[in-house]
Amino acid sequence: MSSDLHSDQARAAREAELRDREVPVVEPGHDFASVTEKISALVLTRKTPRFWWVGFAFGFLLLQLLFVAIANLLFRGIGVWGPNVPVGWGMDIINFVWWIGIGHAGTLISAILLLLRQDWRTSINRFAEAMTLFAVACALFYPIFHTGRPWLSFYWLFPYPNTMGVWPNFRSPLIWDVFAVSTYATVSALFWYVGLIPDFATLRDRARSKKFAVVYGMLAMGWRGSAKHWHNYETAYLLLAGLATPLVISVHTVVSFDFAVGIIPGWHATIFPPYFVAGAIYAGFAMVLTLSIPLRKFYGLEDFITMRHLENMAKVMLATGLIVAYGYMMESFMAWYSANPYEKFMIVNRMTGPYAHMYWALIVCNVIAPNTLWIKSLRTNVPYLFFMSLVVSVGMWLERYVIIVTSLHRDFLPSSWGMYSGTFYDWSAFIGTIGLFITLLFLFIRFLPVISIFEMRTLLPAAEIPDEAVPAPRPGETHP
Amino acid sequence: MSAPRDEMPDLSGLTRRMDSQDGRRFWQSLDEIQETPEFLAFLHREFPENASQFEDPAGRRQFLKIMGASMALAGLTGCTRQPEEKIVPFVRAPEDMIPGRPMFFATALVEGGYANGVLVESHMGRPTKIEGNPEHPGSLGATDARAQADILNLYDPDRSRTLTYLGDIRVWDDFVAGLRSALDAQRGAGGAGLRILTETITSPTLAAQMDSILKEFPAAKWHQWDPDGAHSARAGAVLAFGRPTDTRYDFTRANVVLTLDADFASAGPGRLRYIRDHASTRKLDGGRTSMSRLYSVESMPGLMGSQADHRLRLKPSDVEGFARALDAALGGDASAGKTWGAWLDPLAADLRANAGASIVMPGEYQTPAVHALAHAINARLGNVGKTVFHGTSAEARPIDQIASMRDLAYDMERGAVRLLVILGANPAFTAPADLDFARKMDRVPLRVHLGLYDDETAELCHWHVPQAHALESWGDARAYDGTVTIQQPLIAPLYPGCKSPHELLAAFSARPSVKGYDVVRDFWRAGGALGADFELGWRRALHDGVVPGSALVPGAVVPSGSAVAPVSPAASAVPGTPPPPPPSGGMEIAFRPDPSIGDGRFANNGWLQELPKPLTKLTWDNAAHMSPGTAKRLGVTLERTARGIQTDIVELQYRGRSVHAPAWIMPGHPDDTVTVHFGYGRRRAGRVGNNTGFDAYPLRTSDALWSGTGLEVAKTGERYTLACTQDHWSMESRDVVRAATLAEYQATPDYARKRSHEPPREMTMYPNYRYEGHAWGMSIDLNACVGCNACVVACQAENNIPVVGKQQVAMSREMHWLRIDRYYAGGANDPETYHQPMMCVHCENAPCEVVCPVAATVHSDEGLNDMVYNRCVGTRYCSNNCPYKVRRFNFFLYADFETTSLKLMRNPDVTVRSRGVMEKCTYCVQRINQAKMEATAAGRGLRDGDITTACQAACPAQAIVFGDINDKNSRVAKLKAEPRAYGVLSDLNTRPRTTYLGAVRNPNPRMPPIPAGEPIDETAAPQSAPGSAHDEAPAPGHP
Amino acid sequence: MSQIFHHSTNTVSRVSIFGALFVIAAALWLTLQFSRSPYATGEGLVRSQPVPFSHQHHVGGMGIDCRYCHTSVEISASAGMPPTKTCMNCHSQIWATSAMLEPVRESFRTDKSIEWNRVHDLPDFAYFAHASHVNRGIGCSTCHGRVDRMPLMAQAASLQMEWCLDCHRNPAKYVRPQDQVFNAAWEPGPDHDGGRLAREYDLKPSTACSTCHR
Repeated sequence: MSSDLHSDQARAAREAELRDREVPVVEPGHDFASVTEKISALVLTRKTPRFWWVGFAFGFLLLQLLFVAIANLLFRGIGVWGPNVPVGWGMDIINFVWWIGIGHAGTLISAILLLLRQDWRTSINRFAEAMTLFAVACALFYPIFHTGRPWLSFYWLFPYPNTMGVWPNFRSPLIWDVFAVSTYATVSALFWYVGLIPDFATLRDRARSKKFAVVYGMLAMGWRGSAKHWHNYETAYLLLAGLATPLVISVHTVVSFDFAVGIIPGWHATIFPPYFVAGAIYAGFAMVLTLSIPLRKFYGLEDFITMRHLENMAKVMLATGLIVAYGYMMESFMAWYSANPYEKFMIVNRMTGPYAHMYWALIVCNVIAPNTLWIKSLRTNVPYLFFMSLVVSVGMWLERYVIIVTSLHRDFLPSSWGMYSGTFYDWSAFIGTIGLFITLLFLFIRFLPVISIFEMRTLLPAAEIPDEAVPAPRPGETHP
Repeated sequence: MSAPRDEMPDLSGLTRRMDSQDGRRFWQSLDEIQETPEFLAFLHREFPENASQFEDPAGRRQFLKIMGASMALAGLTGCTRQPEEKIVPFVRAPEDMIPGRPMFFATALVEGGYANGVLVESHMGRPTKIEGNPEHPGSLGATDARAQADILNLYDPDRSRTLTYLGDIRVWDDFVAGLRSALDAQRGAGGAGLRILTETITSPTLAAQMDSILKEFPAAKWHQWDPDGAHSARAGAVLAFGRPTDTRYDFTRANVVLTLDADFASAGPGRLRYIRDHASTRKLDGGRTSMSRLYSVESMPGLMGSQADHRLRLKPSDVEGFARALDAALGGDASAGKTWGAWLDPLAADLRANAGASIVMPGEYQTPAVHALAHAINARLGNVGKTVFHGTSAEARPIDQIASMRDLAYDMERGAVRLLVILGANPAFTAPADLDFARKMDRVPLRVHLGLYDDETAELCHWHVPQAHALESWGDARAYDGTVTIQQPLIAPLYPGCKSPHELLAAFSARPSVKGYDVVRDFWRAGGALGADFELGWRRALHDGVVPGSALVPGAVVPSGSAVAPVSPAASAVPGTPPPPPPSGGMEIAFRPDPSIGDGRFANNGWLQELPKPLTKLTWDNAAHMSPGTAKRLGVTLERTARGIQTDIVELQYRGRSVHAPAWIMPGHPDDTVTVHFGYGRRRAGRVGNNTGFDAYPLRTSDALWSGTGLEVAKTGERYTLACTQDHWSMESRDVVRAATLAEYQATPDYARKRSHEPPREMTMYPNYRYEGHAWGMSIDLNACVGCNACVVACQAENNIPVVGKQQVAMSREMHWLRIDRYYAGGANDPETYHQPMMCVHCENAPCEVVCPVAATVHSDEGLNDMVYNRCVGTRYCSNNCPYKVRRFNFFLYADFETTSLKLMRNPDVTVRSRGVMEKCTYCVQRINQAKMEATAAGRGLRDGDITTACQAACPAQAIVFGDINDKNSRVAKLKAEPRAYGVLSDLNTRPRTTYLGAVRNPNPRMPPIPAGEPIDETAAPQSAPGSAHDEAPAPGHP
Repeated sequence: MSQIFHHSTNTVSRVSIFGALFVIAAALWLTLQFSRSPYATGEGLVRSQPVPFSHQHHVGGMGIDCRYCHTSVEISASAGMPPTKTCMNCHSQIWATSAMLEPVRESFRTDKSIEWNRVHDLPDFAYFAHASHVNRGIGCSTCHGRVDRMPLMAQAASLQMEWCLDCHRNPAKYVRPQDQVFNAAWEPGPDHDGGRLAREYDLKPSTACSTCHR
């Protein structure tokens, strides 16, 4: 019944562990109590550490810059940013695609790896999902505010029976974006919340103050850990996972259509969807590493986020990095193979034109550097992994810069060629969104369990069920 | 609702209510708020004042203030009702004025003294648009850029408005009294101390007034000064014929044309007519297979040089030598050819072969000797009376203006001038530097100035009388061929104090306050030139815009051979001719009026300031032009950045004076020569023109007005930012402009069409549109277009296109719907130059339409690519996806929603665009709709020719034709059927509705091939710099 | 451990989650309805005028033709507002001393225009051409309503874009015989066939944006 699937998971976990003993997903010496205690303590009992205050203050400060940027933008016009007539999109869309890309790892880890029974995911999926939500929130800022008249664009893009008797243009990739991104945001949010419910219950029961108890209690929606609850829970979680999986692919595919549907040399390429998706996962995992490494350090979660997790993520980065590299290769190849003068010029201009330094920096960050991860000693070197994750994030930002700016700045008629560079306010908006991201993230690690408590418990040897024997103490029950 | 919070704290109360209240009460509360004064104020003044200062730290564009639809207002449009409007009908309606239908009146604009016949469109009494007058011989319906832009001068808020004495406001009667007493003081000496300085005058009425004044004051003197006048032509005529004459040309009958530094498309009173006539001999439609041939000898690349079949770049000082050699060669002196060998002999042969059907045209900017020589050569070739006509000058008093200015300066110096009256001219700014005019003015006890602006001269005068604009005043003037136009006002002076020159001169007479109307009318009544029935003749002359039979009889002066023979030897003795070319390379300097703002009088005209100069595509600045070779030698480099083009500032040292100027590299420019445009560097032009560019007049002396040697050029090491709209030189071997030689064209007439591979019609994902009714299309003849820019300004005037300022242009955010692309081919030293007008081509498969998320740019059932401003949210996706990059975006609130006078100027049939929306060429859809409505009202269908777009109407070469391509008999349909017709980038399957007729050049097979030089590989062209390196450069609005 | 929540909480939460959907839907529906309500569009709104000019009296009562005052309606985009002179043609004799008409006489004396309040006011980015309509069998009353029954001019229609499109997409619904265009009282008779008229007048009203927006 409900525990079947559950114990299946446990068994899978055990087998997985048997496969490679050297690095377990949970360090030995933990029982249900210690796991629950250790994770929930972060939120409930432990005093808010100084570094949290520092980090939160830092993020909040940057967030203020975002507000300045927005006010300035609305007051004076999109012209305070860099775009011009050959280059109609600049850092606005670059950052949008970059954030959306980052927003991919979460759902991928939670949904796809769940379906693939990759138990090692359990200790990172919670904040990977959180990261997804926050990244999408940052991304959503751009499509609205990069338009000339944001106060209209945020509702004219939706189809509704208006008094003008006109509909949006369903042929436009931007409309597809509206649906793709909003769906993705909704489903990810649901998925994340559903995953949290049992832990909310745990927190509710362990809460010291009535106040917290009430809040967590409402969020827990009356979870009592009954068999029925678990049954519904598992079903819902699986369903959502199934629903989220195609979205992981679809969102960035649709985002890539923004370019692929255009006729601009450097945009008009059929390879865009796969290589954008790969790029997104690439960037996503890089970001998960960037976040998880400090997190495990400061909160002493090395037991739960083990070297195994880090190494697996490094492997995923290596794999997706190679796919992306293939994408770059094919772009150049097709430019030559198509014998299209515009395509040819575009790629030559990328490599030798005024923005060549961007292109080669991108190649170094995204193609050359990640290949060092073939080496196990580097792959298991935590500081190096952290550094590498940053390199990849930068590389992916450069990729969008190259695709958008160098393609646009010299298209068909030499008479209208131009140059682009971001202005002060372009940068403040970008840094501002980073501030938003950090702020949300710190609120999250302060008030919610960063690691799924009950799922961790299923990984413990004790969760192992001797066939048809007394049922293992059901997770979710609280310990006196 | 939809009002974002951040941008309008002053309405936070409103937004809070909006959130808190349920629908019904919310509306009430909004109404309540509407009543509050601050909200009403907010509605009217939607952006806070001085928002524009952000955009332009220089504050130059205050008059383009950032005003208009704010977020809150726009956000609440769903909620607020539009402000209530009044209807204010006439009390007694004027006859035949129909609300909603424009009226047209014929008048003339005067430039350099000569009349430019125009029809002015008037909406309910507001002149809004200037068109050419088809009846007028100098216009034939065409206009030039400056005539188009003159409407902006009329409404310029910086125009001088009040009559002042030493800066204090006075009234007309005070002035008359002051002038009177000064005159009475003069009477005794017969006016010996009275000097009147005008510009070149062709006005019969004004001449008559001057004569009567000079009769009253026999000792007084009438001086004239026009910095851009025909000084050499006059001197040359005197040299050849002993008296000043006007030389006119008939290009329709010329097979071979040689210009000696003569850019007849951009200079001279007859330019519009000449462009038309010359183009008519170059067009190849209707099965014509022959065309005229143009040789151009140039010291500064010009419009006709870019048209030329053979172009020879010479230093200014070499042109005279060339002319002498040609004269000798045609005289049978074989030795003459030595110096110019390869070029001269075939040319001479070609001219000889076309004796009587050729033209040798001397340039304004050459020496009198060159003019005399040209006259001699034309006489030798028997062109006189056939293609070349010497006639009585159209000027009322053709005097040597240089000498005249010397006299005046001398008299002022020795204190002989007691009363100086300056009509229109701005000598304090434009007089030759060596005369030191401004300083000497101090020695005149009473100085009077009449001018449109409170300019540099007004500053130095006791009295300043604001001049009425040509569209505000009565007057008359002659065209290049002498035809008189009587100017009628379109509107009463915007500022009551304004006076016309006639009214000012009337102050000398017994009727000091007589109206200009009476002055002009009385003159013509007395003259009796308008026929027996004066009233009828007068009305007809006003209606037609020309006085019939007033043209000066051509051929009045025919130089006899004997008169010519002595010329060429004598020429070198003429004062003012530069010394023969220096043996070794001392640099030369050449002076030219600015192609856009002329001698500086249009400096405050935003349209002309922002108008890309025909060949350099520079805006808002002038520069020191030099050849790529010279630039390399001087180490001058250009650098493209995202904030404009960085160039070196060079110091020009010439005859002990020096000026700092930004350098510009000009392909086709002669080496070791620097050409500078004068007219920039105004101090008192107005808020737009002040402190733009550099002032070149300080280098210009009366003995070398157009060119001289002995220039020293040195790099200062400083850099300067120029705003250029096209910094890329070559076509990158893309088939954008398609050209062939006449021979190639005769062999394969469809050479242009052949070169594009249009995909089949079905090859599109979306179903094709069907065009049952009209299908609008346009054809542009690249063989006719000379790149004169008239269409660009015409488009700007017709479509309420805003000016954005230098900084925004430098960020490539200019707003022109119609641009003229300039491409070079061949070597950088002697390039072939092509002009290509480029605006929205109205694709049948438009890439922009597919990608717009809100359907703000959509296809009409007549094939128009509609742009709907009020639907646009400004994603800029359409612009990104437009392969022609003809879409323009309002990054800020560029349109001026504030200045009252500019509101009057707007075309009421075109929406004034607000911030954050895309815009582009509409094929003048307002004209299409108007024509349709009138056809419906008249109960008939549209006829070919009912609709002319603004650009088409302005084009002097008639290169642009618009019409219905579904009507197989329409002109445009026929042109599109021409073998030369092709669509730019049509291989992208965009199916453009605007197609081009390929260019055809007619080289002389016996001429030597163009010396290759270094190819246009962009080596000398501006080099791109990584954008990121320029983030330090101030973004707009950076403090 | 004590109960945090009363057991009724379950019901409450269920209901509120379920109800939220309806609240949101209702809010949206209200907004759409409101934006079409006369309050927002000004439909039926009567504006006060400096002179209480009654179309009911002049058109309905005296049967004066629209074109007597709105002279340019057939030849121009603008129908034209009568100059004071037009009023005085009659009112220099009739009601020549009526106090109500004093503003008219004053305007005529002082040569200062009467400032009427605009009733039918399209946004400035929408261009409407009267001549194109009245010459193609679209009557005045189709847009301006029964002016012959209006003591004071009232806005007869919503003037919203969907209202314009309704006719442009199906003119047969509104076209009338050309000779009835200026008859405010015209009603489609039993034998009225809009489709036939539309074909006869070759009515193909364009719904392209540039027809009205430019």
